[in-house]
Amino acid sequence: MSEQTVLYDAPGPRARMITIVSSVIAAVLVIAGAYFFVYLPMDEKGQFDEALWGPLLDPSNAVFDQVWERLGEGFLATLEAAVLAIVCSLVVGTLLAIWRVQLKALSRRRFPGVAGVRFLVVALNVITRFFVEVFRGIPVVVTIVFCWALLPKLGIDLGGDLGALVLGLTIYNSVVIGEILRSGMEGLPGGQREAADAIGLTTGQSIRLILLPQAYRIMLPALISQLVVVLKDTSLGFIITYEEALRISNTTIIPALHNPIQTFVVVGAIFILANYLLSKLASYTQRRLARGRKAPGGRAAPPAALSGEMPGAVAVQPAPVGGPPKTDD
Amino acid sequence: MGVLFENFGVFRDGFLLTLQVVVLSAIGALILGTIVAVMRISPVPPLRWLGTAYVTVIRNSPLTIIFFFTASGLPTALGFDASFLRIPGLDAVFTRLTIDLPFFRFAIVALSVYTGAFVCEAIRSGVNAVNPGQAEAARALGLTFTQTLRHVILPQAWKAAVVPLGTVIIAMIKNSAIAGFFGLVGDLSQSGYDLVVQQGYSVLPVFVGVSIGFLILTMPLGLLLDRLERNGALAR
Repeated sequence: MSEQTVLYDAPGPRARMITIVSSVIAAVLVIAGAYFFVYLPMDEKGQFDEALWGPLLDPSNAVFDQVWERLGEGFLATLEAAVLAIVCSLVVGTLLAIWRVQLKALSRRRFPGVAGVRFLVVALNVITRFFVEVFRGIPVVVTIVFCWALLPKLGIDLGGDLGALVLGLTIYNSVVIGEILRSGMEGLPGGQREAADAIGLTTGQSIRLILLPQAYRIMLPALISQLVVVLKDTSLGFIITYEEALRISNTTIIPALHNPIQTFVVVGAIFILANYLLSKLASYTQRRLARGRKAPGGRAAPPAALSGEMPGAVAVQPAPVGGPPKTDD
Repeated sequence: MGVLFENFGVFRDGFLLTLQVVVLSAIGALILGTIVAVMRISPVPPLRWLGTAYVTVIRNSPLTIIFFFTASGLPTALGFDASFLRIPGLDAVFTRLTIDLPFFRFAIVALSVYTGAFVCEAIRSGVNAVNPGQAEAARALGLTFTQTLRHVILPQAWKAAVVPLGTVIIAMIKNSAIAGFFGLVGDLSQSGYDLVVQQGYSVLPVFVGVSIGFLILTMPLGLLLDRLERNGALAR
């Protein structure tokens, strides 16, 4: 991957030589530093002992199976919460986006003779906007913790800690996904909506058949990055005593084996790998979408007369109105 | 709603502590993120690899793991207590930096390290948005990489990076709520948790109080960013 940027010339032989020599010197210094300031103190405290790493990495260790059984349960719990939260947020987020676009369409219309409808529409618009802004601005931890504290008081049982975690994650992420989809729909060329109106589709139909499918397509990378966020935030479940991977590490494995660093390295590596693959998927989708219609891969090219503006065939990727899709943290 | 007024002092102190965490972590993240961003666009391949590795690892790990590392992993393994943050002068303003329990410092380290990766990406997106002609012209004048970056690219990149940076900082403010569950006593989220779970106050008023605290921090910033974006004040 030779990234030729305009910021500097391609390094010549002398620059390459300097780079190599200084890199080697720097690497030696870094390794020496790491040895003296990280390895030696850690070794002194016995952090590289078989007793600390073995249960996690060595299959022949006596407690290896037990540790991984517990960790497996934890990761399954994480996955369960994440999948539930993702599905719920996608559904609620889509509904929210439809609701907001629908309201906006209604607020443009006039209702002669029917008093109060306009007022109602405006009021609903304000209320929705308020809740979206509020829940977007509150930390997801706070939402989760308060769902967890509030649900039993209201006498609602959604499946204990799992329910509270999924509800908290859903509230926050559905708002975010709703905004992503809405900005995707509003970023479409105006002709799409006009054409839908011209062939007599109702607002609902044009959202369902014309706008939403394209919004999904354009916003797919942003949606996938949001899924990474959900997967990462699932680990917040440990605060509300949900038995996911981190909580099991922290309350079962580490007190028994006294190996916080080792356990967090292993658990962290698994998290990082899973999220890395998801992020890769997002950037792959983005590249595919950017390449878009130029290379119709395996698909028959549409007849010339139709190839201009078809639903789903956005020739130019429009920039979403809300700027770059906001994928928080 | 009586709870809110009864415990107004608790919410105010929590808000002020969260504000301190946010300000210090934002400074740390901006410094760290700028350094990593420069590394990632530098002509030296090993520096680029290092920067890329840092961003990839940090962006894909949950903040919770990083907090676990700084708050319970590193102290046991290395005797790390983040005392390097007791910067003379700074600790006179932020007195929490010097008190014995290190959790305030851990929170700042964890948030800075985590947010730094996102700051780096925001700045890089800003750099990419600068017209290539600018860099070409700078190089045609014979400026070196450092000069190009300092005098031509970065001053313009900030403009395009302001909105993504703002988004990152808003996310960081929200993430700071996690610190309360890693030993930082008395911040907004921990105070709320304490009022509800330990002292048995009713949930909703406390939730409203905590939310208002966070919204005071996040909402004006968000609205400001929306405005900047819409007005095109930052357009190139």
